[in-house]
Amino acid sequence: MAAAAAARSSMGLTLRFSRVIPDCRSCPLYRLKGCVDNTAGSQRRGSFDSLRTINRHLQTSICLSQAEEGSSNAEDPDDVVNVVYIDRSGKRIPVKAKVGDNILYLAHKHGIDLEGACEASLACSTCHVYVNSAHLDKLPEPEEREDDMLDMAPMLQENSRLGCQIILTPDLDGIELTLPKVTRNFYVDGHVPKPH
Amino acid sequence: MRSCRRLLSELKLWTSGRSKWTRGLNEGLGGSGKAFLSTSSCPKVCIVGSGPAGFYTAQHLIKARQDVEVDIYERLPVPFGLVRFGVAPDHPEVKNVINTFTQTAKHSRCSFYGNVNVGKDVTVDELQGAYHAVVLSYGAEGNRRMGVPGEDLPGVYSAKDFVGWYNGLPSCRELKPDLSCETAVILGQGNVALDVARILLSPLDILKKTDITQPALEALAESRVQKVLIVGRRGPMQVACTIKELREMVNLPGTRPEMVTADFEGVSEALKDVPRPRKRLTELLLKTALDAPGDKELERRRNAAKVWGFRFYRSPTEILADPGRSRTAGIRLAVNRLEGSGDAARAVLTGEVEDVSCGLVISSIGYKSLPIDPAVPFDSHRAVMPNSVGRVHQAPGLYCSGWLKTGPTGVIATTMNNSFDTARSLLEDMDSGALDVSPAKPGSQEVSSLLEKRGVRPVTFSDWEKIDSLETRRGDACGKPREKLLSVEEMLKVARA
Repeated sequence: MAAAAAARSSMGLTLRFSRVIPDCRSCPLYRLKGCVDNTAGSQRRGSFDSLRTINRHLQTSICLSQAEEGSSNAEDPDDVVNVVYIDRSGKRIPVKAKVGDNILYLAHKHGIDLEGACEASLACSTCHVYVNSAHLDKLPEPEEREDDMLDMAPMLQENSRLGCQIILTPDLDGIELTLPKVTRNFYVDGHVPKPH
Repeated sequence: MRSCRRLLSELKLWTSGRSKWTRGLNEGLGGSGKAFLSTSSCPKVCIVGSGPAGFYTAQHLIKARQDVEVDIYERLPVPFGLVRFGVAPDHPEVKNVINTFTQTAKHSRCSFYGNVNVGKDVTVDELQGAYHAVVLSYGAEGNRRMGVPGEDLPGVYSAKDFVGWYNGLPSCRELKPDLSCETAVILGQGNVALDVARILLSPLDILKKTDITQPALEALAESRVQKVLIVGRRGPMQVACTIKELREMVNLPGTRPEMVTADFEGVSEALKDVPRPRKRLTELLLKTALDAPGDKELERRRNAAKVWGFRFYRSPTEILADPGRSRTAGIRLAVNRLEGSGDAARAVLTGEVEDVSCGLVISSIGYKSLPIDPAVPFDSHRAVMPNSVGRVHQAPGLYCSGWLKTGPTGVIATTMNNSFDTARSLLEDMDSGALDVSPAKPGSQEVSSLLEKRGVRPVTFSDWEKIDSLETRRGDACGKPREKLLSVEEMLKVARA
């Protein structure tokens, strides 16, 4: 089960084996071409494509691709920005990113559960994250439109920002982004409607 | 499933060692208990309604378990519900979520069946027979009525129908609203009310580049509406709209705001301890209503021919007709005062009334869910399905998400969280055994054969893509993102081509 455990930790999923989307690249069978799906030319994005050849990967929060062009395998060490995502179960997921990366799409690239419904156009609040205090003030002030959308996010806090508006710079090295726990309330701001 | 079984056997080989592999193969795949999926019966879930609630529920289920198969049924030939028919034409970024939904629909474990009317073409009971679980997420297609005399006069429309009309909802095609009057009164102060106001007053130059329907564009080009009042029964601190939409009204070219100063008495003092979203919204409202504008803004307002404004503490009591009783000529509003404060504040009648001349009344006081099938529990008082975190009461195997579950308020993000909650409940029930997914269920095979016997031909997702492609091409020809097909007949014709 070693590879499965490795897959689990790299994917940041804490589910049982049956639900893990294994990272085929770490599997000895795959590497030795012993896996039925490792046929030449089947090197596609999203490792779980290898499980079912007719599967298409979801590009949103479950995209596992690390093989995209210009990805986090930074060549220039000065370009590397270390980022930690803390998912909804509290698990820390360290990610090596580079200068210029967008926090929302970086999360997608690493299979982190951050929705981006409006695709970074400041028309929703689904990429809401909390920024750790050490780095919060290093971010540029939110523009009015971001504040307007943040107003709609559930569990808004002083350190809330929209992930799609955070672009990595060298001084953000070590930034930690916590995903808000989704509430079971009706309303976006935790408000329960009072009949009137 | 064969490749699946083969791959699992390969994985077992690798993880358990050779001798265990032989044993495992002999025992069959169930050997490790629940950890390995049973290839003969994947859990099958049916979702009714293909708006954000349906798609987000599907997305969460498919992502969480590698064995769940989800079928989405939709009454119209086209998917996406209010994202297509509710979101305003000048809010195209909000519609980007369609890309996420499209990926879900095209997932190998998801299938879309349009043109299927659940409750009529197939019953919920029959769906429950074919699937392990059924999730109802068909939203709120009904309308809260004002319940006042004159409500059915020509010139009075529900916001739901008006929005459906400019967004191409087939059932609202024949609305033909009369826009020949100078003043329009909108009842309600939520985002839908602001959308309606904005569409009524937007310059044509802006509208003609959106996916607003051609008939609506033509009607708005002939519109004589110059003044829109957005009326609420409580005060400025109770408006249900959000700041983005308010800012859009404030910045709408060719228009100027006009409000009643007295309505804002005591508001700025009350802002001290209010949460940030309400505070920012109210501050913008106060600034717009009370502050003297700078020179540039003053000039802009002087040149603006169209006027809009909120009116507070007013409830409709009667729609007034012209002498021939043939159309709307005005609205009688009762004057209220507030008891209490904040969200719990209540409007109480003072006894005074005020008449406002207008030729167009649009009531934007809320959508309402309707029961789909008499056999399914429904709370007709609150107009929602009785449920606990998405599990429908007294109906094992039945779940609900979206507005049907919580009532018709909230934006797409709200519905997303709501749908994820329902999906989580369903997954918990599968895990715990509360929902028994071990017996094989026929799923869409059985439903498809039922539908065929009844002469119903579902529209697949690739059929929808033909419609999508045609609409986009037609839009290209006139500088719009799409030119929507306006009738079910047209949609089906293209889908079947």
